[in-house]
Amino acid sequence: MKAKNPSPIRMKRHHMEDSIGRIYTTFCVSLLVIIIVSMIYFVASKGLSTFIKDGLNVGDFLFGTKWSPGSDNPLYGALPFIVGSFSTSILAALIASPLSICASLFMTEIVPGWGKRILQPVIELLAGIPSVVYGFVGLSVIVPLFRDIFPGQGIGIAAGSLVLSIMILPTITSITTDALSTLPKGLKESSFALGATRWQTISRVVIPTVLPSILTGIVLGMARAFGEALAVQMVIGNAPHIPNSLFQSASTLTSVITLNMGNTIGGSIENNALWSMALALMIMTFIFVIVVRLLERRNRI
Amino acid sequence: MKPKTVDKIATGVIVTFSLIIVAVLLGLLGYILFRGFSHISWSFLTSIPQTIRVGGGIGPQLFNSLFLLVLTLIITIPLGLGAGIYMAEYAKPGKITGTIRLVVEVLSSFPSIVVGLFGLLLVVNTFGFGFSLFSGALVLTIFNLPLIVRVTEQAFRGVAKEQKEAGLALGLSKWKIITSILFPVALPSLVTGIVLAAGRVFGEAAALLFTAGMSTPRLDFTDWNPFSPMSPINPFRPAETLAVHIWKINNEGLAPDAAEIAAGASAVLVILVLVFNLLARWLGRVLYRYFTASKVTE
Repeated sequence: MKAKNPSPIRMKRHHMEDSIGRIYTTFCVSLLVIIIVSMIYFVASKGLSTFIKDGLNVGDFLFGTKWSPGSDNPLYGALPFIVGSFSTSILAALIASPLSICASLFMTEIVPGWGKRILQPVIELLAGIPSVVYGFVGLSVIVPLFRDIFPGQGIGIAAGSLVLSIMILPTITSITTDALSTLPKGLKESSFALGATRWQTISRVVIPTVLPSILTGIVLGMARAFGEALAVQMVIGNAPHIPNSLFQSASTLTSVITLNMGNTIGGSIENNALWSMALALMIMTFIFVIVVRLLERRNRI
Repeated sequence: MKPKTVDKIATGVIVTFSLIIVAVLLGLLGYILFRGFSHISWSFLTSIPQTIRVGGGIGPQLFNSLFLLVLTLIITIPLGLGAGIYMAEYAKPGKITGTIRLVVEVLSSFPSIVVGLFGLLLVVNTFGFGFSLFSGALVLTIFNLPLIVRVTEQAFRGVAKEQKEAGLALGLSKWKIITSILFPVALPSLVTGIVLAAGRVFGEAAALLFTAGMSTPRLDFTDWNPFSPMSPINPFRPAETLAVHIWKINNEGLAPDAAEIAAGASAVLVILVLVFNLLARWLGRVLYRYFTASKVTE
């Protein structure tokens, strides 16, 4: 790209322009790295101080079944919230996955043309509805409905996971649809040529091929469900114990943090224990990201 | 069973499940709009909320949401564009780029409440900005940045290679090529992405509970001095947004018509998100036509 007779002034401006651009964009990218490093540092140092400074046993925190910071003999067991978080997000994924996979198949395999034109905007709108609105609808529709049908107050893990399942539907659907639409055409055609029906092709050729992508979508959906705070908090009931049924009041890590962080004094053990829960949420995020990375690696081969 | 019968059943199940999803969305939108619409009026949109009496509005919250969105975009867009351009144009495949990609991925999957708590620790307490619009905007920036970075990178990668080569052939500097050739071509998809991201930020509440706060001072809409504590455009005052307001009245609303207010506010929020969606599409199309001087083939 060297010009034959570059005038020195123009070359100088040229280089200056280029270095300004390079410096600016590098600055922006470094900011991302700085943000994440400081985030990990601050949340970890706060979350770990429960165990280092306040001397709480990690085992007691993770497996303690009683959360009673206000009593004479305060206990900081987070197991009820950990159980609540895992059961709501796993249940949500169980409800949402079949629906999402069917929606993706509908858009790509059954009626590719108008199926996509109908479902694509539906999925986008579901993704766009704010989580507090989901919480509000859950509180005013799902909870009263469950109260009438099942024993109990209607609030609980069942209501929470139903609300979450609608919220994570778009995540799983869009990732699965992307994977399905990039499938090589010859794959399906050769299956049809062998005389297979559409369902045989889908179940034995298409699904196994895109399975890592589907699992990626499900894991990302679960990650979202695990970290969602307000919608769950509004319908789950927020009782600090492990429930006996799906229709009994329960809590998740996020709902406990949401409700109590503002009411506790900074630096107290209870406040620090809430930070430890935030740290647990952060560690779970890392685990989800690692799982997604491993799945993507399998996908490439 | 015959394979043909199985095929028919499977197709039936797939179609039914897809219809269920459409029905869920229609039911959701129908419920929110139908229940909330009757409550929306000019006075509801502009008056201040009441704590224990009937007839509270959402005026300050609506204003706060829009103002916070503008503040966030002012901070996010330059940073996100820069980082996205770096990823698309400067980054070479290797360890560092891989790490940055991982950082963006992790950042985008952090729960918003963790981002909010980080903001509480660093911006609100350590930097001492307190519960304020500014703190909220900074946290929403962290929350929003990975999205804008990804949108920018995709938009720039989507530009045809020949365009860049033409610029190189003219002897332009790389930065000049980026700003005057690639940027205009990428603009339509950039705008679409940013408006969609804005819609998402608009409904965000968890990250704002601990940064922008859950209260609003009595605003004086005739006071436009940005340093006065009662001025609506003072970025260092606490501000409860519309989404936070919905959450709060569902949890601790004492007004007798709390459920109606929540329904009305939800309807306003959903309508605004719909408007954002339509706006994104429309703006993208208009800009595409403007910058390429061509008719949209879609």
